This record gives sequence, C-alpha cells and structure tokens, in this order.
Amino acid sequence: MSVLTLEPAQWLPALFGGALIGAAVALVALTHGRVTGISGMLGGLLPGADGAQRRWQLPFLLGLVGAPLLWVLLSGPVAMRLDASAGVLLLAGLLVGYGTRLGNGCTSGHGVCGTARLSRRSLAATGLFMGAGMAVVALARHGFGA
Amino acid sequence: MTSSQTSSARALPPLVSVLAGALFGLGLLCSGMVDPAKVLAFLDVLGRWDPRLAGVMAAAVAVAAPAFWWVARRGRALSGAPVELPPTRGLDARLVCGSLLFGAGWGLAGLCPGPALVAAALGSGGALLFVAAMLAGMGLHRLLQGRSGNSLRAVNAP
Repeated sequence: MSVLTLEPAQWLPALFGGALIGAAVALVALTHGRVTGISGMLGGLLPGADGAQRRWQLPFLLGLVGAPLLWVLLSGPVAMRLDASAGVLLLAGLLVGYGTRLGNGCTSGHGVCGTARLSRRSLAATGLFMGAGMAVVALARHGFGA
Repeated sequence: MTSSQTSSARALPPLVSVLAGALFGLGLLCSGMVDPAKVLAFLDVLGRWDPRLAGVMAAAVAVAAPAFWWVARRGRALSGAPVELPPTRGLDARLVCGSLLFGAGWGLAGLCPGPALVAAALGSGGALLFVAAMLAGMGLHRLLQGRSGNSLRAVNAP
C-alpha cells in the first residue's frame, strides 16, 4: 500500500469539479428545497413511480448529460477507461440499481448532499458504500482473503 | 398529490434545472468521476492509492453545505415549494444492505449512477450496458417492494 505522489496542481481539476457539483446541488437546494440524488431521479422515471418531482428532475437530467456531451463535441474527448467485461458490467449495474433504491441514495444523495447536511443516515451509508467498494477492489486486484 | 406543489413550482423556469444539471455534469467531467479507471484508483487502497476523489467530495460538500443550512432555516425554496429533505436519523437494515450492495457494484465497475449516465451519453458502450442493468435493478427493487409492500405497509406505517 502506498499513496500516489501528487503535485498540488494535480488536485485542481478534482477540487474545481467538486465545487461545480456542489454549486449544482446548492442551486437545486435553494430553488426546489430538495436533495440532488441521481439514483432517486432515475427511480422516479420508472413506470409506476411517484413522478411528482419529474417537472424539474427531467430538465436536470437533460443538462446533466447534455452539457458534458456538448463540451466533448466542442473540445475533444476526455479520459474514460472502462475495463470491466460485459458480464461484470451487468452484475455491477444490477447491484448499483437495486442497492441505491434499497438504501435510498448513492454518491450524490448520500455522499454529497447527506454529508453536507451532516445526516447520520447518509454518513453511515457513505462509509458503508465506500468500504464495500474498497473491499471489492482489494479482492479483485489483490485477492486478499481469497 | 401535487397539484398545489407543482403549481407553486411553476414559478421557476425549467432552464434553472437544466443549468443545475449542466453544472453537475461538467463537474463530473472535470473532476474525473466519469473515468472508471480513476474511480477504481481511489477505491484501490491496497494499491497506489489516488486520494483525489475525496477532494472532489470535500469540495462539493463545502459548497453545498451553506445552501442546505440556509434553505432549511428559511423553510421554503425559491420556487415557493416547501423544503422537503430526507430524514437524517434512524439506521435500518435497508439502508445498510442497500449501501453495501451499491458499494460492491461501484467497486466492480467504477461507475455510480451520475457518471454512468454521462459516460453512456458520451458513447461508452460499456456504460450504456451498465445503465440498462442499473435501471433493471431499480425496476426489480420496485417490483419486490410492491409485492411485500402490501403486506408490510400496515406494520411500517409511521
């Protein structure tokens, strides 16, 4: 185990990107009085779901995918490496979809919004999903305990 | 529900929400969250750990926190809608199991819901497959919940 050596400047995209995400969350909180939870918005799109919030969530999702698409079209591709096989992606997607609905949130709803509100439920959820993610990566890459 | 709520929310143009979504999406792009390799490098604490995603989260939390504090105190959003935030207390098995399952899936692929949507929109076939499976997982939860909900509702009612 070691930590990647990073120049201060190498932190800037992370911090600036994070601040943009925070600004988006703040804007939704101020204008609609709600948390910004992407998994919750997607769950609300399913047939039969209570879509009371779709009125602002659909435009939000449009901006969410539209702006990066426009950015990439104008300024060129970004780094995006996805190595997982189709089978692993299917399993991972099922787990993420089912788990975020069962646990009522994901990285945005619990990780960012819940943490910003010092919600005990969200702090616990964030610790658990980060811990589980770290354990799975440790197992897959280093086979510890296997 | 909704006729009173949605009519009060009409005061704000949808463009405000498009803007919020755009900020969120560009933040994911800029921070590297849409790159599964970078996410996995953050989760790989036994390898050469890349701590930067903690910086993404810390910056997002620092910017969002004052807005939540202010709007919660005000009680009403700028749209006129009442502030409705999820409960902050009360751990239960659903939260614990759901978060563990989500984390396991996150660690398998390096994708969580927001970045997966963006990566799929940017043309990643793998991310598209992930998103399809994710929606199926959400649908599955809905189906199972609907089935057990009828018998459990009386017990779970607050």
